[in-house]
Amino acid sequence: MSAASRTDAEAAVVLKGVSKHFGGVKALDYIDLEIYDGEFFSMLGPSGSGKTTSLRIVAGFEQPTAGRVMLYGRDVTTTPPFDRDVNTVFQDYALFPHMTVEQNVGYGLMIRKVNRHEIQRRVGEMLEMVRLPGTQARRPSQLSGGQRQRIALARALINRPRVLLLDEPLGALDLKLRQQMQIELKAIQREVGITFIFVTHDQEEALTMSDRLAVFNHGRIEQIGAPADVYERPLTAFVAGFVGTTNILTDDIAQRLVGRPAALSIRPEKIRLLPQGTTPDPDQFAASGTVRDVIYVGMTTRFIVALDGGGELEVVSQNLDTRAEEAFAARGTPMVAVWHKSAMRELSTAGA
Amino acid sequence: MSAVMLDSQVPQPPQTPLRRVSAWFFRHPTLTLFSLLAVPMAWMVVVYLGSLSALLAQSFFRLDGFTGRIVREFGLSTYEQLFTAANIDIVVRTTVMAAAVTVAGALIAFPLAYYTARFAPPRLKTFLYLAVLLPLWSSYLVRVYTWKIILAQEGIITWVFDLLGLRGILDGILAIPGIGGPSLSFSYLGMFLVFVYIWLPYMVLPIMTALERVPNSLVEASSDLGARPRYTFRRIILPLAFPGVVAGSIFTFSLTLGDYIIPQVIGNSSFFIGQVVYAQQGTAGNIPLAAAFTVVPVVIMLIYLLIARRLGAFNAL
Repeated sequence: MSAASRTDAEAAVVLKGVSKHFGGVKALDYIDLEIYDGEFFSMLGPSGSGKTTSLRIVAGFEQPTAGRVMLYGRDVTTTPPFDRDVNTVFQDYALFPHMTVEQNVGYGLMIRKVNRHEIQRRVGEMLEMVRLPGTQARRPSQLSGGQRQRIALARALINRPRVLLLDEPLGALDLKLRQQMQIELKAIQREVGITFIFVTHDQEEALTMSDRLAVFNHGRIEQIGAPADVYERPLTAFVAGFVGTTNILTDDIAQRLVGRPAALSIRPEKIRLLPQGTTPDPDQFAASGTVRDVIYVGMTTRFIVALDGGGELEVVSQNLDTRAEEAFAARGTPMVAVWHKSAMRELSTAGA
Repeated sequence: MSAVMLDSQVPQPPQTPLRRVSAWFFRHPTLTLFSLLAVPMAWMVVVYLGSLSALLAQSFFRLDGFTGRIVREFGLSTYEQLFTAANIDIVVRTTVMAAAVTVAGALIAFPLAYYTARFAPPRLKTFLYLAVLLPLWSSYLVRVYTWKIILAQEGIITWVFDLLGLRGILDGILAIPGIGGPSLSFSYLGMFLVFVYIWLPYMVLPIMTALERVPNSLVEASSDLGARPRYTFRRIILPLAFPGVVAGSIFTFSLTLGDYIIPQVIGNSSFFIGQVVYAQQGTAGNIPLAAAFTVVPVVIMLIYLLIARRLGAFNAL
């Protein structure tokens, strides 16, 4: 959306030189990050990359070893979680088992001493919004995983926080429900208009939902940008491999293609396999090889091509009018892999 | 790699008779369950519940005062005996002691369990666990008699009070009617201290278990929603740990109700329920009255559990 393009937008959350060490382990190693007001921001990375630690530092559950945390211009580095204007949706939902849905959702308002009727009314509204009206009297144990997830969301949003933190909230849901919740979460974010910070290890989820995302690896941020930007123009080999799949070409083949040692990334879906002997256009690269394996995955087919000069190339092609039998017949045949020069990215080798 | 896997054949396990038995049980899960449970269930029903109902039946018989024989007829005359002023005194005295021990035990155990379960680093946690359990490994009798010496007129407590020049305070406490006495070892206060000491592990362990089962994310969620630590403690941690407190109190309460050794060794020789049962079934040979007295703690415990349920102690289970 527009949030990514706003350079002078008000910063909702700023992390300045934040580090977090657990004993000798650097969970976060000097992070600088700026999250704009009203954007859907994802922190993407494998487990142990520091994304959850970053979120917990914003929430106030962890104190950074070094650095500062700003929330709408206010330094909250040492502010306890109960005095921060942020709320969290936990990975395990963390619903209070001894309370009803109404008591769970109304918990934040009860602390703020809002009167009983007002709490009832607003809990009703929130349940309406997460599409679980009439569940007030139920207990968390009587709800399904997806329903608990919605209640946790309602409970976190009822305080109208300025920033909502979500710690892999969809991780425990099955695929269909997860996809449905992705769309709903996005819609709710648009409706309430507050900043969402979303932690996930699922790159597809991050690409689907975010205005911008940060890719974490080994306690550092490797790249920040809009999803399309990060996907199309990865800066490091790690980002290229973690966000989507990619072929990384180095050594001899890189030397041959660009005339110098480099690390090159080319997405499998950007490559086309053509019959042997085809000459590429001037704005295309080509590499010849033999199809070693064919994997049929329904919507697409993946070809593993053993390149003549050594190395392998993964190619994905849509099954537009290819039938499975035809795809399988390609096994063992020599082919030419062809791709557009602009589709290939040169990666910084520092991160690899 | 796959070629290697296919080449080396793994032999089928040999078909022994035991394997066939296992297969039969696998196909008949209900019978498996039955054969596994038969012995413990028989124990439970015959030995456990059987003896309890025999006890209950005994309490409706009575002792013939002239012949000293037990009259095996159903009647309530033994219970009439139970409700004499002296016996009611014993019941009240025992119940008050059990309640006091339970409350004090909970007050001491909770902070200890709370620290151990939520804050202690792993090694200290193991140490504290052992420290709580350790007394249970040594003889109960030895520990009770040790306390008699500790609490005695010439014991270490009096000595410490003397050393600090605070003897007046100790004498003042011992002069309080109802709980005092000539020395700690001959007072209700002393008995109370020993009861609390002896039963404390039974209070600490269930509370510790209950607290350990409260996920940290609930505490964080409460804090995240704006609750200060005190509020989180009152609204989240305490209600979720309460079943543990109730479980612990069931132990301390019922164990105190039934104990007959501590009141005999420590205290001013006024009777407690356990002692009466011991005396009636032994020297006096009045099994029906002993049985009737045994029914008393059972009834008190039932009332106690009903109240606990009313208070919502089992809601979070």
